[in-house]
Amino acid sequence: MDLYEYQAKDLFAAHGVPVLPGAVASTPEEAQAAAEKIGGQVVVKSQVKTGGRGKAGGVKLAENSAEAKEKAEAILGLDIKGHITRRVLVTEASDISEEYYFSFLLDRANRTFLAMASAEGGVEIEQLAVERPDALARVAIDPLEGVDKAKALDILTQGKFPEAVKDEAADVVVKLWETFVAEDATLVEINPLVRDPQDKIVALDGKVTLDGNADFRHPAHEELVDKEAEDPLEAKAKAKDLNYVKLDGQVGIIGNGAGLVMSTLDVVAYAGENHGNVKPANFLDIGGGASAEVMAAGLDVILGDPDVKSVFVNVFGGITACDAVASGIVEALKILGDDATKPLVVRLDGNNVEEGRRILNDANHPLVTQVDTMDNAADKAAELAAGA
Amino acid sequence: MSIFLDSSSKVIVQGITGSEGTKHATKMIAAGTNIVGGVNARKAGQTVTIAEQELTVFGSVGEAMKETGADVSVIFVPPKFAKDAVIEAIDAEIGLAVVITEGIPVHDAAYFWAHAKSKGNKTRIIGPNCPGIISPSQSNAGIIPANITGPGKIGLVSKSGTLTYQMMYELRDIGFSTCVGIGGDPIIGTTHIDALEAFQADPETDVIVMIGEIGGDAEERAADYIKANVTKPVVGYVAGFTAPEGKTMGHAGAIVSGSAGTAQAKKEALEAAGVKVGKTPTETADLARELYKAL
Repeated sequence: MDLYEYQAKDLFAAHGVPVLPGAVASTPEEAQAAAEKIGGQVVVKSQVKTGGRGKAGGVKLAENSAEAKEKAEAILGLDIKGHITRRVLVTEASDISEEYYFSFLLDRANRTFLAMASAEGGVEIEQLAVERPDALARVAIDPLEGVDKAKALDILTQGKFPEAVKDEAADVVVKLWETFVAEDATLVEINPLVRDPQDKIVALDGKVTLDGNADFRHPAHEELVDKEAEDPLEAKAKAKDLNYVKLDGQVGIIGNGAGLVMSTLDVVAYAGENHGNVKPANFLDIGGGASAEVMAAGLDVILGDPDVKSVFVNVFGGITACDAVASGIVEALKILGDDATKPLVVRLDGNNVEEGRRILNDANHPLVTQVDTMDNAADKAAELAAGA
Repeated sequence: MSIFLDSSSKVIVQGITGSEGTKHATKMIAAGTNIVGGVNARKAGQTVTIAEQELTVFGSVGEAMKETGADVSVIFVPPKFAKDAVIEAIDAEIGLAVVITEGIPVHDAAYFWAHAKSKGNKTRIIGPNCPGIISPSQSNAGIIPANITGPGKIGLVSKSGTLTYQMMYELRDIGFSTCVGIGGDPIIGTTHIDALEAFQADPETDVIVMIGEIGGDAEERAADYIKANVTKPVVGYVAGFTAPEGKTMGHAGAIVSGSAGTAQAKKEALEAAGVKVGKTPTETADLARELYKAL
């Protein structure tokens, strides 16, 4: 899960990484009150989970609280790369002498963690990495050893941080590492990390990605989920423990196993090229089990999507037997009754496939068509969606 | 022959007394796997009867190895306890640890991988979040259904469980030397490259099928490896062409970030290395069959 800047900064502050005083606001009035409390010049920043906010007009300086209200009015509702601003962060304006870059992240290729540091911060880091790779230090971190002050100083030296700030910056880096580990983050990034005229170091921006697999040891992370911003169908699926991602096509997809479902989306998209360019409407992995209840819950979510014109159920019976899946489909259609209105194309293969196909044939449900192979079933589902 | 697992493998199950452990131990035994015991520190000394075999539950992996000569452990321990279970297997220096558990925090996986490295990588780790490994008619360590197909000359390495099953089914007319599901997490033990290297060296493998998916750059690195080192024919498949940026598609590691980790980039890298890449699983299987028949 990616966090908003204000959430990232709250985590930083909780672990001792210095940030400027600020408050989040969802109305211009709240922004004004926040600016009043801070006093003097403030910065009003759009809270969206994407980069390039400054260029899009999502970050404004305000001289006083009245102006902060005006700026907030302009920024709230602003669309930045498809992300609508629903909150702003109002923070103290800072005097900046220099801007640096620092992050810890997961390094998949080397199966470890990585620190990235540069004395040339404030720019897009992807751009810096391409244009001036020598200016960006990449230092592998051994998870068994972690980051102490000596290691932090070593990273900052490789990142060419100026001597005058290295000691204080190293303390910040150690605290940032503590944040990374304690919160089970896969990314903590500060860009820019700034030096003010008094040589104080402060995190002016913050980006954090948390590992959902570690939620069991972080009950507090649940509160960081922005439920308002969730797609309603995704929220509904999540409440039923289904692994669902909404897409923008017309063919609803249900399958078992992440890889097979991803593959099903692709095969449907190829088939769609011959049928009015229809596309998959969602990703939905019902996992190994595929009981009647899970199948019904899955169908319920998909049939609740008004964009869906047909549904493709693609199951390979590995651990699950196809007869159980077929019974699940029949039961699910009974449970849903008149709510089931879209044609279903079902492809079953693998364990107990004959029995599974027989169950569906016997049920002879008017909405269900069986097709024996994945490619042909995708074609049929695309054809039905295009014709609807 | 086969890779990593064969008929001489002696297998223990960590978490044998749990429901998943018991269920799959039963299936593994039915598939001919030589299961020699289980591990659960809290139930040490007890016995469990699985598929009419009486198996001893040992207090530790080390003890199980000493008593039974086990050289493979299959781990079904829940995510909360998985890190300690894998570290226990590494410390006991068992040859192969197959980590089936799904949902292990990536910090825990990074930690046990670093631990394995610090101990000189004496334990090969497969997974986590994987279906395991099967050498048909010899041994099955994990949850791959053994009845899909039999032994043959194709080697399969895949990030995805169900796509592994699908491919085994598509090519059941030829059969497999070994099928390895390496898992869909961001940090995994055995990689595509490790499996490619082993299949290249295995005299019983004639054609290699490699299944990848979006996220990371493992397929691109595998492509470089194939170009430099693999002389056997390799067929590839990549899932996730239609996956949007920034959304995790089921597997924790299956995510496109910006322009990194796209299926298109992976396909192009593989093709540039001379790998034939199928558009669908069925087309991929057809390509593998053609190459096999042309040998």
